[in-house]
Amino acid sequence: MSYKKPIYQFLRAEKKFPLIWCAGCGNGIIMGAMLRAIYNLKLDKDKVSVVSGIGCSGRVSTYIDFNTLHTTHGRALAFATGLKFARPELTVIVAMGDGDALAIGGNHFIHAARRNMDLTAIIFNNMIYGMTGGQISPTTPFGMIASTAPEGNIEQAFDISKLAEAAGATFVARGATYHTEQLEMLIEQAIRKRGFSVVEVITQCPTIYGRYNRIASAVDMLKWQEEHTISIEEAKSTGEKAKDKILTGVFLDIERPEYIEQYQKLVEKMQGKK
Amino acid sequence: MSGSGRERLLMGNEACTEGALAAGVKFFASYPITPANEIGEILSRMLPEAGGKFIQMEDEIASMAAIIGASLGGLKSMTATSGPGFSLMQENIGFASMAEVPCVVVNVMRAGPSTGLPTQPAQGDVMQARWGTHGDHVVIVICPSSVRETFDLTVRAVNLSEKYRVPVILLTDEVIAHLREKVTLPAPETIERFDRVKPTVSPDWYKPFDDVESGITSMANFGEGYRYHVTGLTHDVLGFPTTVPSEVKTAIERLHRKIALGLSDIIQVEEFMLKDAEVAIVAYGCVARSAKSAALELRRRGIKAGVLRLITLWPFPNAPIGKMVKKIKKIVVPEMNMGQIYHEVVRVSSAKAMVKKCNRVDGDMLTPGEIVETVMKGFKR
Repeated sequence: MSYKKPIYQFLRAEKKFPLIWCAGCGNGIIMGAMLRAIYNLKLDKDKVSVVSGIGCSGRVSTYIDFNTLHTTHGRALAFATGLKFARPELTVIVAMGDGDALAIGGNHFIHAARRNMDLTAIIFNNMIYGMTGGQISPTTPFGMIASTAPEGNIEQAFDISKLAEAAGATFVARGATYHTEQLEMLIEQAIRKRGFSVVEVITQCPTIYGRYNRIASAVDMLKWQEEHTISIEEAKSTGEKAKDKILTGVFLDIERPEYIEQYQKLVEKMQGKK
Repeated sequence: MSGSGRERLLMGNEACTEGALAAGVKFFASYPITPANEIGEILSRMLPEAGGKFIQMEDEIASMAAIIGASLGGLKSMTATSGPGFSLMQENIGFASMAEVPCVVVNVMRAGPSTGLPTQPAQGDVMQARWGTHGDHVVIVICPSSVRETFDLTVRAVNLSEKYRVPVILLTDEVIAHLREKVTLPAPETIERFDRVKPTVSPDWYKPFDDVESGITSMANFGEGYRYHVTGLTHDVLGFPTTVPSEVKTAIERLHRKIALGLSDIIQVEEFMLKDAEVAIVAYGCVARSAKSAALELRRRGIKAGVLRLITLWPFPNAPIGKMVKKIKKIVVPEMNMGQIYHEVVRVSSAKAMVKKCNRVDGDMLTPGEIVETVMKGFKR
């Protein structure tokens, strides 16, 4: 691959820009981290597929120059499962929003984790349905305001990392758009992992979430991230100070039989029998 | 494919799996449901043995999604289900239609609505097969009446989907699916297979959804150097989302044009003793078997009856029925529903013929006797 800055190499700059994301949206930061991770890994563009769902995050596949598949709401992982299984040589990255992955796509999410096919799921967690106008999502924190929770959310939020781990993912991490270098590193590790890997990314939605909750600037939301997140390593060393903060970093990195490898063994066994 | 060229006692669902392999299906995803289970069970053994992929998904939504993903990856792909699962698949059937991803959905009809009678036959999904997903989409639906035809039409479903880049629904029913008949399967080398047309231009010039006259564009598989975008959003000729009215119009009209231009290739019917008939029985699926027996019985009673068996249900065979009603003025449409194809026949005959219903919805097979009785009572001289 000839040397070109990732921005020129991986963006469909002439075809699909400007993009639809609002000023101050974190999705571009996640997309950037994703592209730099792909760049660092020296992956062949033709052998990368980005599969996305519906919502603001879903548009990420439109802007980047790979084999891109923009699916139906919540179903990205199921489409990706078929694609990866059909073409195991592809690196398949699945970009989803929090509502996309965990509400309408919750069933696909837990089963993709359980099945442990070599997919990388990146969850853009802005804690709200942005594109549809700000309804509560499965990760909207208790008490926060949304268009369908005008007096504050009375539901409890999912902890994505715990859910992913319990469901069987082999790599689970959390990053944030404030910590861009860490995010790039986490995505790189997740792609490299052979198995189902999940990277939750805390991101800001100033236009909708911020406005409803009176922190309507991207800068303030990023400052909030700075103040309220702490890396797992730092939390271990500082103890008390880490209380009530959101942990970032790698929560889990374990080995379990990968689906396609197991299937290949099955094929060899069955063909050997004949 | 095993055991071609010799007589075998096969069940409809088994014949479907043989047809799938003969057609070159290399990917199958499904979720358990009666009365389609045998298809997945058999393929879970046959596909790995044949170097293909089998996966049991978490539900029918995922099964449908997985076969679309696999088809984009280049494998001929299929799923099988029944009523409730078919309902769940509708969302992604629409995606396959919009994004023009070849795939085959086998729907073994059972009695509904809802959970209905899981082990008993019906033909209640005829309209759903055509109109189940939202929006102005296109789809092809074909319907077998025997075990051997289940084999043939499974092959045909795969070929049509590859040729027209459209989801094809093989609409079978519990009777045909679990019926055992003696069949001789054709030798693999005699089976015609159609593979999607791949682009011949370089990736820079490739327009995956080009407004070509035939409506059918070439299809690059993911991972083969073309790096294009696939979306369920209305898209331009490059595949990128658009809301420009002229581009939207072009896209939707092309989807419909590709099927409209293919009607003579897509539509198949079988005529049975229609030449001199005064009464025509328009039937499909398992009921077409009763219809043929009924025609024979009616002829024994001195009534010249024949059968027009619909093999293609959608796009609806307007032309063969239109031609028929110029000559035959008495028509019976027996169905194991409250009347679905009946309304289409009425529409096409546009008052040129008298059309009678003959329905059964109690979970039992519609008998030749019931059709005979409808004719005897319905068209008194």
